Order: sequence, then structure tokens, then C-alpha cells
Amino acid sequence: MIPAFAEPLLALELAYWQETLIKVLVGLAAALGLTGGVVYLYLFKFVSFMQSRLGPMEAGPYGSLQLLAEVGKWLQKEDVAPSRADRVVFGLAPAVVLTSTFLIFVVIPAGPNAVIADLATGIYYVLGVSSLSVIGILMAGWASANKYALIGGLRAAGQLIAYELPLVLAVVGVVITVGSLNLQDIVAAQANGEIFGFTGIGNPFIITQFIGFMIFLIAIQAELTQTPFDMPIAESELVAGYHVEYTGIRFLVYFISEFATAVAFAAVASTLFLGGWAVPESWGISRDAMHWVGPLVISAKAVFLVGVVFWVRFTFPRFREDQLQTLAWKGLIPLALANIALTAVFKVVF
Amino acid sequence: MAETPLSDFLRSYLTVGIFASLGFILVGLLVMIAWLIRPDRRQEQKYISYESGVDPVGDLWSQSQIRYYVFALLFVIFDVEVVFLFPWSTQLEAFGAFGLWHMFFFIFVLLLSLIYAWRKGVLRWA
Repeated sequence: MIPAFAEPLLALELAYWQETLIKVLVGLAAALGLTGGVVYLYLFKFVSFMQSRLGPMEAGPYGSLQLLAEVGKWLQKEDVAPSRADRVVFGLAPAVVLTSTFLIFVVIPAGPNAVIADLATGIYYVLGVSSLSVIGILMAGWASANKYALIGGLRAAGQLIAYELPLVLAVVGVVITVGSLNLQDIVAAQANGEIFGFTGIGNPFIITQFIGFMIFLIAIQAELTQTPFDMPIAESELVAGYHVEYTGIRFLVYFISEFATAVAFAAVASTLFLGGWAVPESWGISRDAMHWVGPLVISAKAVFLVGVVFWVRFTFPRFREDQLQTLAWKGLIPLALANIALTAVFKVVF
Repeated sequence: MAETPLSDFLRSYLTVGIFASLGFILVGLLVMIAWLIRPDRRQEQKYISYESGVDPVGDLWSQSQIRYYVFALLFVIFDVEVVFLFPWSTQLEAFGAFGLWHMFFFIFVLLLSLIYAWRKGVLRWA
């Protein structure tokens, strides 16, 4: 199944630095390419069609080069920082947020070997690094020396930590079922699984962990600060929240990391609940073929889930701050704990 | 690969470290490109903090409400719970019913803290 020209490539033994260089380039291309595709597909076109308009049409065929034009535009903007701002922290904050995003991509497997670092702590690591962005956002909110930014930063911190818990607790159900934190093990468990002896679709955990999947989706909606959970950047009250004072390319970095994180979380969700890069074992597709089918499968699932996030984003109005906290603490966290208890009982009894 | 001093375990974390620096390198690169091509027309008024177009009033690093602090404390309680939940959840097969009852007791005690906070009214955002 592998094209003839690619076979010597697979047999190559690479030094660590060569391997890492390739991983960095491929990882960056995959992360930014998917993010760009998602932004064009959903933020430019999908929402435009939902609102009965065409969206960008000028740059490239059907406006497909609009994103490049946008980056070119932002690069030319003057870099303005308020004179009272804490310059060092102000400058570092976007990089911290972007780093948090890149670190998630490191462990997401896209094929039998296509993973940047196959950590044993897998999903636990993802949950750890994804919360680094809270620090970046608080840094931005505080260093801007602006009231809107400060309120936005605090709101973001309050929201992100409140939804961090349902996010983490929803994952525990999957970990109990698999008995491993490694993402490749989680993928394998779903591909090899069976539902009451039926192996036709494997055992994607969206079926057995449906509550966990719904909690996870709601939590990533909030973690990404997308409407209906967009109080930290609420345009009509806080102007733009924690990034109100940012201009030019630094402002763009926040947007890149917001949508790249959307792709990353969607990829994590599809790895945990939709079977990841694998197709069910019973379909009999060889492991060699999965080297190039796998990345396509996970990309398709991730793009679909980002679509769900954007669909919700452009359909619902914004919640109030107290409704947000109530939903997390009185709704999702007890529900997630009940899900864990139920899963644990099933695991031990059966 | 046998002659390398690093184990695979540490090596994979080295890769993680490299990716951690990637965010900073990329932002640095973008800012540098922008610095080369952007205009720079300094004006006193541009550097005033934005407050909907009027001059900023009072101290910009103001104090905020205690409720954020209370939620952060609650978060720490549950986050520590999660740290204990993960190792348990990977080994549940081995622990069986014994592990189940012990963890249920643990979760129950923590739920009591949530219920206590709930009854005390700190979960009400006002």
C-alpha cells in the first residue's frame, strides 16, 4: 500500500537531531495548516453562510487566500504598548499562550508511529499543559495596566479553572476503561474493542462514555472561551478583555493560538472518544496503510469536532458570569464525578 | 542508538522541551519580521491606556472581588483530588472492589466539601 518511492524513507535511521528537526517542521505544518484550514472553513465561510452572506471572496478563489492576506495586514501594523504597561510580561504573554497550544500537539498520535513524543503520561500531560494558557492570559490581563484587560483576565482565569475540572474528570472515565494514560493505548483499545461481541465498529468511547464526551465538549467550548462562554473577551462589555491593549502581530498570535487550541482539543477529543487515527481492527486495513490513512482520519475527525464548536459558537447567545460558574460547579462537576463512579463500578463488576 | 547517553524516556521529554521553546521562537520571529516592515510613528496619545476613548481614571491595577479567590481555592481542592484519581484509575483492574470502596469514600469526603461550599453560598456569584 505504500508508494514505492516512500519505502526507502521508512527504512532510514535518523539521528536524534534530524528526527527532531523533521518533527518540528511537520508538527508546525500540521498544526498551522489545520488551523488555517479550520479558520477559513468555519470562521470565514461557515459562519457567513449561516448569516446569509458570502464571506471573503476577493483574495484567491472563493477567498481561500484571505488568511494570508490577513497575516500580511497584521504584520504591517504598528506595535503599540501602553506606557504604563509592564513591558516584559506584556511581551511574553502571547508566547506563553502559544507555547501551551504547541505542547498539546506534541502527544497527539496521528498514526502508528506518527507522534512527536509518545509519553506514557499522555492524556495527563495534555491536561497539564493546556492549563498553562491560564498563566499567559493572566499575564496579559495584568501587564496591560488596563481595567478591561484586568477584568477580562480575571474572568478568563475564573472560567478556565472552573471548566478545567469537568474536562479532567470527564477524561478519568476513559482512563478507567482503558487502564492506561498513553494516547496510543487509548486508540488501540477503541480499535480492538467490541460491543457485546460485535466488532464491526470497534468500541469508540463516545458510546460507553457518552456523558463524558458531552461534558468534554462543553468544557472545551468554555476552555476556548467561545460563545456562549465568551465573557472574558465579551466585546459589548469588555471591548476585547485581556487582549484589548495588544496590537499588530502580538494580537494575531492570540488568535492563532485560540484556533490552534481548538484544533488541538478537537484532536484530543477525537482520540479519546471517536477512535483517534485508527479505524476498527475488523476492517482489516494493514498497519502499513495506516501510516498515511491515519493522519487523514484524525484530521477529518478533528475538523468535524471543531465544526461542532463553531456551530455552537454562532448559534447561542452569551451566558451571564454566574450562570457559567453555576453550570460548572453545580452541574458538570457532580455529573462528571457520578460518571466516574458509574464507570468504575462497571469496570470492577464486569 | 545504544551509544546515546539519554534514555528514550528523557529523550521524549527533551522533544517536549524543544516544542516548548518553539512558541517563543515563533513569536520572536514574527515580532522581528513585523519590526522590519511596520511603521513607527510615535505620538504621546497612542500610549495612554484604552478606556473607551476617555482619559483613564484612577489606579489601573485595581483590586478585584474576593470571589475569584474563593473559586481558585475550591479549584485547588479538586485539582489535588484529580492527581490522586489518575493513578487509581489506571490500576483499577488490579485493585478491584477494594480500590473501588476506598476511592468512593475519598470522593465522598471531597463532595462534602463541595456541598459545604454550596450551603455556605460561595458558589452563588454575587
